[in-house]
Amino acid sequence: MRLYSRVRLLLVLLSLAAALGLPLLTYAPNRLLTGQGIALLDLLQGGSGLRWLVLLPVLPLLLAPWWRPAVLRERLVYLAALWLGAALWWLAGSEATLRAGGEDALARVSFGGGFWLLQLLLLLQLAEALQVLAGGLPRRVLLLLLAQLPLLWLLLSGRLDSLSLLREYHNNQDAFDDALLRHLQLVLFSVLPALLLGGALGVWAYRSARFARLLFPVLNVLQTIPSIALFGLLIGPLAWLGRQLPGLGIAGVGLAPALLALSLYALLPVVRGTLAGLQQVPPAVREAARGMGMTPWQIMLQVETPLALPVFLSGLRITAVQAVGLAAVAALIGAGGFGAIMFQGLSASALDQVLLGVLPVLLLALLVDVAFRLLIARLKGADDHA
Amino acid sequence: MKPARLPAALWLSSGLLLALLYLLPHSAGLFAWLFPEVERPLYTQDSFANLVLAHLLLVLASSLIAVLGGVAAGLLASRPAGREFRPLLDSVLAISQALPPVAVLAIAAPLIGFGEWPALIALVLYGLLPVTQGTLAGLASVPDSVLEVARGLGMGRWRILWQVELPLAAPVLLAGVRTSVVINIGTAAIASTVGARTLGLPIIVGLSGFNTAYVLQGALLVALLAIVADQCFDWLAHRLSPHVGVEH
Amino acid sequence: MTMLELKAVNKFFNGWQAVADVDLQVAAGELAVLIGTSGSGKSTTLKMINRLIEPDSGSIRLAGEDIRSQPPEVLRRRIGYAIQSVGLFPHWTVEQNIAAVPSLLKWPKARIRERVVELLELLHLPAAQYLSRYPHQLSGGQQQRVGVARALAADPEVLLMDEPFGALDPVTRGTLQQELLRIQALSGKTIVLVTHDIDEALLLGQRIVLMDKGRVVQQGSAQDFLLHPASDFVRDFVGQSDVGVRLLGLDTVASRMRPLQPVSGEPIAASATLREALSAFVARRVSSLPVIDAQGQPAGVLHFADLLPVAA
Repeated sequence: MRLYSRVRLLLVLLSLAAALGLPLLTYAPNRLLTGQGIALLDLLQGGSGLRWLVLLPVLPLLLAPWWRPAVLRERLVYLAALWLGAALWWLAGSEATLRAGGEDALARVSFGGGFWLLQLLLLLQLAEALQVLAGGLPRRVLLLLLAQLPLLWLLLSGRLDSLSLLREYHNNQDAFDDALLRHLQLVLFSVLPALLLGGALGVWAYRSARFARLLFPVLNVLQTIPSIALFGLLIGPLAWLGRQLPGLGIAGVGLAPALLALSLYALLPVVRGTLAGLQQVPPAVREAARGMGMTPWQIMLQVETPLALPVFLSGLRITAVQAVGLAAVAALIGAGGFGAIMFQGLSASALDQVLLGVLPVLLLALLVDVAFRLLIARLKGADDHA
Repeated sequence: MKPARLPAALWLSSGLLLALLYLLPHSAGLFAWLFPEVERPLYTQDSFANLVLAHLLLVLASSLIAVLGGVAAGLLASRPAGREFRPLLDSVLAISQALPPVAVLAIAAPLIGFGEWPALIALVLYGLLPVTQGTLAGLASVPDSVLEVARGLGMGRWRILWQVELPLAAPVLLAGVRTSVVINIGTAAIASTVGARTLGLPIIVGLSGFNTAYVLQGALLVALLAIVADQCFDWLAHRLSPHVGVEH
Repeated sequence: MTMLELKAVNKFFNGWQAVADVDLQVAAGELAVLIGTSGSGKSTTLKMINRLIEPDSGSIRLAGEDIRSQPPEVLRRRIGYAIQSVGLFPHWTVEQNIAAVPSLLKWPKARIRERVVELLELLHLPAAQYLSRYPHQLSGGQQQRVGVARALAADPEVLLMDEPFGALDPVTRGTLQQELLRIQALSGKTIVLVTHDIDEALLLGQRIVLMDKGRVVQQGSAQDFLLHPASDFVRDFVGQSDVGVRLLGLDTVASRMRPLQPVSGEPIAASATLREALSAFVARRVSSLPVIDAQGQPAGVLHFADLLPVAA
């Protein structure tokens, strides 16, 4: 047998280690106790023979490293990884129903380290297969989303409802919805002002090198100050301002300082992206536009803006993804959002509550990232190089 | 090599940090005047110097591991023998790029337990990303012509790596390390929410106890620490690349 | 003595034949030029000589020895190598760059320094001024001088040059071409140079090897190429309509001038080519030119009719 793919072999070995060495699920008599691990093998022996059947697609994944590279191999790997990912969710859901079913059961079944590691490794298997199966970024994203459909069905059909994470969600549904709304507000209303101001500053910095030399050290220092420190530093001055100007809703903690700090953070990548975008417009193009009699405004709108847009959007992508994560920290100064759920969970040492706060942040960040990548790829009109 | 003169900004920021460390324990009066509503205006549960040391230790340890691991991963994926792992590494990097540092921290804590360990592991994991990216980008920035001639002159593979590739990749690689360290200084502060003893402690204690004075004291120190570290890297970057200097 | 010998050398890239059955001999002290369009296999052929590319079949011998008989690094240290984009190490000074191969060969420090200074003087770069400069502080021409000095540093048996002057402006290129000829006359090095510029090939090549689609189409002297092109392809490549002018470029004024006769007018150097003389006749609208020697003394006279070779 010849080894064709060391990458696949590494993924398979890691998966085996995760499946056999780490608990797939944890079981605890109630919410606040630390759970005891349940290994994959125990799980398989526990239920009906159906559970073994479900894991049958493991075979192509195990054999893939020694399989001659071909489109068929990648298709089978894609299907197997998709199937196994969903099967793990189903296993977890059914085990939870078995051990902690019923409306008022106190017992909790949560995910163990093995579960997340296996899901990540399966995702990487998918990504590897998509290298071959899908050419452009849009197709790759589509196929990745398609692979999540089984999970969506499991969720909607209620088969996962007994899992601790879902319980946590049902118990905190209102808080969760509020957090979602607030998190989106935090991101949107910090990125938008930064977009306008940063764009203007970027254009100015492009026009005047002297201004750029003044601007960038300031922005750099702002970006260097850790988020938690910036939030902290703004409390005092804003509280003072709130006392001087009552009635404007300014306060040291809450939404106002969070939005201010997040906007300040968003500035640097936006300015940098604007400047870099304008700088990479070839001088020859600008000269040609001038030569054919375009006014400065026409050059700006018809030549410079479209040519600078992809680079500008790359800057904005970093800004937006960064804002999603930083908004979680803003919960420390009472700005709400998913960070609030997360920090509450941390202080109560309730892992599932932490996850309820963290997972949406991760998903949101990934979604924003992918959305911008798609947009940029579309603008460039070429195949992606991501 | 240029003379080892420290730039003014580094002098200023590190001087400020030291002055603050010295003066803070004696500034109860000042904070009492600034925050009259606060009962105990000076954080005294722990000495600030100790907190700075603990903070630095956590960041240094995690950064050291992250640098070793990140450079190794970047090197491996850029050698002919490891090239097939490059797409995998790119996928991992693309996913983890969207991970907020605070999320890594929050997941690590309940899994590993509270205290310094989850903080260290989260900092290492998050620190790996910029270093790996910096290594890959730095190595990719070495011109092909230089590599071709290095081979043509009869340099061996290791010699090319040590004497040509790594020195030329160093500025970009260092930029990755810089990002990693600066982010980790901030994340280490947040790590006090999972029980690590760092400069974030006065901030967290202050926030939960409505003691704005504590918050300000911790925030000032963390901010200055990050700025000093950033300036150090700035200075290092200038010293490291005499061949792109602007003199003459 | 044959310094380099390629026999039935083949190279495929993904099934596409880059070099096909190439046979080539370069004598010691000879300057051979490989010429062809891009994709003709000339660079691949060159890089197989120092094993940057390994041939799929055939044999290559350096000074009678199969090049595969020693590790590639050891072989390469015996062969100088200069390329179009120069590839100076940007983080090393001029001195460190030139000293690269002698250091690899562990020469004593004093000998390396001596050699570096000697080479800088040979290439008209005052050592005191240039030793400690970095490549980014040099002009393109100066960089290529350092590149050539680096290739020559360890006194290699053969010098390989891949379009070394391709990226330079015409004036700098001309100067460096002359210097290469001077260095070659001085040191007697065996040189293999790749170019796509027919004028450079005619000027430099003692032996010109024209390649097309991986095969050698014709090899010989400049005269052979101009007077006896082997095929229409060669004729086109050499530039049919300019053959006469290019032939004039191969001879010097000294070879056709007559003994001293007093002629007035601006003189031409005896070392100038007949091509330059033709240009002077037309530009100055004269039918005879006074000739001076290297010392500036009157040496003879050249008449317009002298441009035509005496019927054989």
